[in-house]
Amino acid sequence: MSAIAINRTTFFCRTPVAKKVVMAVTGVILFGYLIGHLAGNLLIYSGNPAAINRYAELLHASPPMLWTARIVLLVAVILHIIAAAQLWLLKRRARPVGYCRKEETGSNYASRTMIWSGPIIALFVIFHVLHLTAGKIVPLAMAGHEPDVYHSVIDGFRVPMISAFYILAMVLLCLHLYHGLWSMFQSVGVSHPRYTPLLKRFAATFAFILAIGFISIPVSVMIGIIR
Amino acid sequence: MKLTLHIWRQANSTAPGRMVKYEVDDVSEHMSFLEMLDVLNEKLTLKGEDPIAFDSDCREGICGTCGFMVNGVAHGPLPKTTVCQLHMRHFKDGDVLYLEPWRTRAFPVIKDLAVDRSALDRIVAAGGFVSIDTGAAPDANAIPVPKERAEISMDAAACIGCGACAAMCPNGSASLFTGAKITHLGVLPQGQPERNERALRMVAQATEEGLSYCSNHGECEAVCPKGITLEVIARMNRHYIKAEWVDRGQPAE
Repeated sequence: MSAIAINRTTFFCRTPVAKKVVMAVTGVILFGYLIGHLAGNLLIYSGNPAAINRYAELLHASPPMLWTARIVLLVAVILHIIAAAQLWLLKRRARPVGYCRKEETGSNYASRTMIWSGPIIALFVIFHVLHLTAGKIVPLAMAGHEPDVYHSVIDGFRVPMISAFYILAMVLLCLHLYHGLWSMFQSVGVSHPRYTPLLKRFAATFAFILAIGFISIPVSVMIGIIR
Repeated sequence: MKLTLHIWRQANSTAPGRMVKYEVDDVSEHMSFLEMLDVLNEKLTLKGEDPIAFDSDCREGICGTCGFMVNGVAHGPLPKTTVCQLHMRHFKDGDVLYLEPWRTRAFPVIKDLAVDRSALDRIVAAGGFVSIDTGAAPDANAIPVPKERAEISMDAAACIGCGACAAMCPNGSASLFTGAKITHLGVLPQGQPERNERALRMVAQATEEGLSYCSNHGECEAVCPKGITLEVIARMNRHYIKAEWVDRGQPAE
């Protein structure tokens, strides 16, 4: 077997299969973060503003832990974006002359729009950090010396444009996960005729639940359930 | 029945191509799609025009030579059917059809609807084989093959290498083809000694050919005339990833 020479040190990084593995592994990390983030956010429904504020304090209790988590997430996001960009370039080169007519059989809206939902979600994440972590969009509410998360969230989501962007980003996140959550298994080689259809249903359900969970917060603020 | 065809005409691989409109009368519902084109070509020849070039060989759906896009779907609207086995009874009078060649960088157009698919041959040559000693044939039952393994292998071996997967893929990836070839030998006991090399080399060759990546849309399995499923792509990924972990490659010279 000597059809082509393989340089093993650089080979893995160059193949599309490996890039998809990077997408999948970083995707799992970001998905795990989303679950934790939503679980924390839902404390806002406890009826006691101190609950979510205590949770925020707990997250900030140990700066080394906090920054480790932030760096892991940042690296995952960067790798996810780099791999996506490289794959997108590959795809653009793969079909220099397009079709006059092309049907889309077998794929779905979510799978075809990954390259659009992704960057919009990334922009939203930047906005979201500026808004509720840095307080650059709406001034953060303070409770003594500590930031008051509960009232900062309410102040923010009373601005209709902020709520609208949040809801739009979460709808796109739902689409992104609808495809990504099962696709990551396929990319690392997990597929089974019996379990993959179940996995797809699980992915769709989970994407929907996660999006509903996040969207419920600005909606609750706007209709006055949380005040 | 009467059909209006818009067909991609391109004199050779370097000439610019364009869609040309043809009217075909008296199409019989019993004709196959290729026979309908044969009738059109007869008329074009009689008029002194250049007939439409398209590939075909067995015309019974098992050789993988034919194939082009019909209204934006590889091999046309009927699932699990090559275009030679697609009969005109599936169309109706007055239909307007757009015929285009497979389009990916790896399959340059030779002429009209005929494309060069030797990229697929090179992928097979890179690792889609089992090395055996020549001589007397081995005893038929010397190597037991579990039934389930044999079924997985045979399902993958149904791939006729037509290239519809790469043509239909929104990314221009032939992963369904490469996955089928890797699965076909990689699940059998005879394929084990070269399993890692096979996965590494075939994936590398597909990359070399400019066939891009699988993002699990599933358009390939929707049009595969042999009903090969995305499971072979997961298996390709699995074999490839495992090979990357366990195979230390060729020793340094």
